[in-house]
Amino acid sequence: MTGAPVASRPEAAPPPPRQEDPGLRHRLAERGIDRNLLLILPAIVFIVGLFIYPFLYGLGLSFQPKEGGGPFADYERFFTDPYQRNTIWKTLGLAIPAALLNVLASVPIAYRMRGRFRGKRLLTIVLVVPITLGTVLTAEGLLNFLGPAGWFNRTLLEIGLVDEPIRLINNYWGVFFSLIITGFPFAFLLISSYLSGIDPSLERAAATMGAGWWDRFRHITLPLLTPGLATTFCLTFVLAFSVFPSAILVGEPAGETRVISIAAYQAAYEQYDYPMASTIAMVMGAVELIVIAAVLVWRSRFYTGTTGGKG
Amino acid sequence: MTLGLAGGTRSRRRIVASPGAWLVWGAVAFFLLSLLGVVGSVLVNSFGTRWFGGWFPEGATTRWYTEAWSDFGITELIFVTVEVSAAVVALSLLIGVPAAYTLARRDFPGKRLVYLSFLLPILMPPITYGIPLATVLYKFGFAGNLSGVILANLVPAVPFVILTMTPFIEQIDPAIERAARMCGAGLRSVFLRILAPLLVPGILAAGILVLVRTVGMFELTFLTAGPDSQTLIVALFYSMSSAGIRAQQSVDAMAVVYMAMMLTLLVLALRFVNPTQLVARVKEEPE
Repeated sequence: MTGAPVASRPEAAPPPPRQEDPGLRHRLAERGIDRNLLLILPAIVFIVGLFIYPFLYGLGLSFQPKEGGGPFADYERFFTDPYQRNTIWKTLGLAIPAALLNVLASVPIAYRMRGRFRGKRLLTIVLVVPITLGTVLTAEGLLNFLGPAGWFNRTLLEIGLVDEPIRLINNYWGVFFSLIITGFPFAFLLISSYLSGIDPSLERAAATMGAGWWDRFRHITLPLLTPGLATTFCLTFVLAFSVFPSAILVGEPAGETRVISIAAYQAAYEQYDYPMASTIAMVMGAVELIVIAAVLVWRSRFYTGTTGGKG
Repeated sequence: MTLGLAGGTRSRRRIVASPGAWLVWGAVAFFLLSLLGVVGSVLVNSFGTRWFGGWFPEGATTRWYTEAWSDFGITELIFVTVEVSAAVVALSLLIGVPAAYTLARRDFPGKRLVYLSFLLPILMPPITYGIPLATVLYKFGFAGNLSGVILANLVPAVPFVILTMTPFIEQIDPAIERAARMCGAGLRSVFLRILAPLLVPGILAAGILVLVRTVGMFELTFLTAGPDSQTLIVALFYSMSSAGIRAQQSVDAMAVVYMAMMLTLLVLALRFVNPTQLVARVKEEPE
């Protein structure tokens, strides 16, 4: 509309707005920005509003202690109080052994079960069941199964392995078993899918050159599998690290299995100290990221190219 | 040729059954037996009368179920669970599918950053972001009712739909869309008449996976639910952690109801996705 007077100016350097508008749009489109990008806008608004903003809000809150005393007072309180600080070690003491066991036990089993055999799909479906049922139900089952009068202790007594029921619930082992029951199938299925991504003809080539099964596994399969193992360990570790319901139900939530998520929960919902709860949540996220970063740095030292298969 | 050879060696190995094989199958058998024990003892106990010693309860009864139905208000719990999961599935597909389309087809500044921010909620444990999220939701008055539970459950669901759908959309030939564009179709009709029919299998798979995850999601629902917006799994947790108030069998009956619901969903899910997809990110090939 205002194009004509602008164009009639002696300088005439800026192009008239009527043409500038499509020009700008054109230039933006060349860099990949146009109206169709609006399709992703709801998702971005959503993630910013419900994930990034709450996270930053929590981070900010953790620097505003309820009881005053400088921005880092809550962090100081957490790290100087052994009852709080030790939750980190208790959580790691559960999560790292459980994740390691799940991954290390899955490797030989998945290695032996690669390829097709009858009943493989059925086995996979059975393994998905505990993942689907989740930790709360597993905890309920473990209370019955591993309890002093449960089937497990009864079997041990009948065989004569023990003289009196062993205590497997309401302590470390109850939580540990619950992490195995849900974590092992998860690790197994992931590693199986990584193994199926390795071209079997590589191993066959090695076999024709006279390599035994251990050499084939050690020098062909394992190096190709290592990145997958690292990823599986990370995911299994994240699952185990956030253990919450089973630590309360089959663990000893006031002592041996007072994991960090219980500390965060108690701060928020029992003491209503939201800054402290946010502090613990941030510490929890940081510890977890440190472990994952360590694993990923270790992984980056290995081969990460194609594995020749479908994966 | 080679395949036949490999099959031959494999069957020979199976006959020999080395100690390694025994160990592996033994470990699997032990795991499966424990799993059977865990699930079975809940099932048996929920139908039992009294179970003090012995392998099985003294008699069978269904009274724990009728009791659970009247005491726990299971009908209402199931209704809330269905309401929450239906809303989460619908909203996450509505938000996630267009975003997945953009990510699959387009290149734009900051794409990696956007992708990373969709990845984070899946990698983080729910408790870590759940507590700040619940604090924010309480601040704005969403938590403690149904809308808060739905919003909280959407946080992992939307990225999950995006990550599931992006590879699925990538494998659809863009030439089809271009042809439709040339014939004069706008973005809307490309979406509704070209892409939507092609995407139906992917949308079904993503939807059912989100459904299974939402019904089983404990932490986020637990942190944001009020007394009348509990889902089945949260109510189960509360009745378990206040042990002693109710008979163990009554809690078990409720657990069996939840188990039946999950297993029904699992059977339904396995019609559309393969079992590994329930665990990991969707792979392109159907097997």
